[in-house]
Amino acid sequence: MSSVDNALVVQRFKLVIAYVRLNRIKPAFTTSLFSNQKNRMDNFNHSQDSLVSVHNLTFSRGERKIFDDISLEFERGKITAIMGPSGTGKTTLLKIIGGQLFPEKGSVTVNGRDVHHLKRDELYTLRKRMGMLFQSGALLTDMNVFDNVAYPVREHTHLPESMVRSLVLMKLEAVGLRGARDLMPNELSGGMARRVALARAIALDPMMIMYDEPFTGQDPISMGALVLLIKSLNVTLGLTSIIVSHDVHETLAIADYIYVLSEGKVIGSGSPEEIKQSSSEWVQQFMNGAADGPVHFHYPAKEYMDDLLHSEKAFKPLFTRQRPPNDRKAKRRRYS
Amino acid sequence: MEFFRYLGASTRESFTKLGRSSYFLIETLSGISSVLMRPRLLLKQMHSVGVLSFLIITISGLFVGMVLGLQGFYILSRFGAEETLGVMVAASLVRELGPVVAALLFAGRAGSALTAEIGLMKATEQLSGMEMMAIDPIKRIISPRFLAGFLSMPLLAALFSAVGIIGGQMVGSGLLGVDDGAYWSQMNANLDFQKDIINGVIKSIVFGFVTSWIALFEGYDAIPTAEGVSRATTRTVVNSAFSILGLDFILTALMFGEN
Repeated sequence: MSSVDNALVVQRFKLVIAYVRLNRIKPAFTTSLFSNQKNRMDNFNHSQDSLVSVHNLTFSRGERKIFDDISLEFERGKITAIMGPSGTGKTTLLKIIGGQLFPEKGSVTVNGRDVHHLKRDELYTLRKRMGMLFQSGALLTDMNVFDNVAYPVREHTHLPESMVRSLVLMKLEAVGLRGARDLMPNELSGGMARRVALARAIALDPMMIMYDEPFTGQDPISMGALVLLIKSLNVTLGLTSIIVSHDVHETLAIADYIYVLSEGKVIGSGSPEEIKQSSSEWVQQFMNGAADGPVHFHYPAKEYMDDLLHSEKAFKPLFTRQRPPNDRKAKRRRYS
Repeated sequence: MEFFRYLGASTRESFTKLGRSSYFLIETLSGISSVLMRPRLLLKQMHSVGVLSFLIITISGLFVGMVLGLQGFYILSRFGAEETLGVMVAASLVRELGPVVAALLFAGRAGSALTAEIGLMKATEQLSGMEMMAIDPIKRIISPRFLAGFLSMPLLAALFSAVGIIGGQMVGSGLLGVDDGAYWSQMNANLDFQKDIINGVIKSIVFGFVTSWIALFEGYDAIPTAEGVSRATTRTVVNSAFSILGLDFILTALMFGEN
């Protein structure tokens, strides 16, 4: 813990120096960075207001309601986790917060701004301050690690190359991959790719980061590294973190507040302790990973004996014209 | 009844797709200005779309020219008109085969690669990731590739025709004994710059535009799974081939209709 912390503190210090140097180069850019800085100071004060609020959100895919009138608050400077089984639309929620998907009803405000009523330019300006860590890392495959991390910096600022270099190396140092800068994404392990993506997500010093299933498919060591990184980044950079996950153990270890979602509803919320003590059978089943409970092991079917004894159709024609159901929303989903 | 429902649904589906692709085209075209600010992006794509198609275009051009030389010679020699072999080879290449076959090869080589690349970028969330970094993927990924395809196609078609003419000459005068001077001078005298060459170039520009559009749209519109990307790649080749041949007919009718 301490080595990562130290690295981050040093990085933070260096960044401040870099900002001061920047001041001479591009005043407009620095002003925005300093206002960012000010915000972060607010984060340190642990002010009680929330950075992201979701109000009465409803979102459907086809006939199925992914979210049914849910409201969530994500406090500044805290780690808030959203948990739930696969297919509860956790990733969808992050995409809605990021403004990539539009809700049917309800609103999402980030830093006081309604994400879905912003103009494109305003949305892009807001997104520069929202980092997102995708499950796959989403690194650009035709660039090496260094260029991947440098990419948003080069795109959004006009810093001289020497400064980009120091900035990127600081970010890579923070995730412990400074030595891997020349590797290509296909040479990285899953855990390393995610750490590089994390370095890229913090490259522009965002006010918040959204983690999409950060622990899925990781070996214990990279899992440990990621848990540590998420926690320490949250503390040292004062980030607001939103974690979407179904890894109970890791998430409980670092989250400040947890929402448990199922079938479009919030079925439990509170601090990790409160969640552990929850009286809801459902939450208990989820936390303990029981195979049967309120969520049944068997997919709904008719009576087993009936099914075995009365076969409906012994012979099916070999070729049937199968046509996808005429479902406009499902089609729209494919392209969204 | 079922049939009509099916017909209606698929018609509606193809029209919505047409709408999406038009919207996509407009976005792509409006992103071109930002590509011109970063010529590096364009050069990189010109390399992967154009330069890497060089070999297939050259070799195919050579063989098509050689076949034209052979076939043309057999027919023309029946009428004692071997000297006009150069005109026949050059006219068919410059007017038709150059733009059309080069575009078909381009769709197979570069178009399918573009679709697969964009589709995979979508499947691996790279495009979403760029959006979340507040970088417009259309401007950075799509537009450079579109412009590269659009610019490469006429050059590749010209290359195809040039190599084909040399192939025809190799067979005609090298193997079959057509007079070398006659081959070139007849070609020179009977091919019109405006009517033949410019029209051929216009065709290849149109094909380049359409092929790049189809390839990029199919990639961008692909269902982000392995199956979806493979289907999109197939659709690119099939739809490009249809559009190229269909448009070729229309363009030919418009350009060469009068005489």
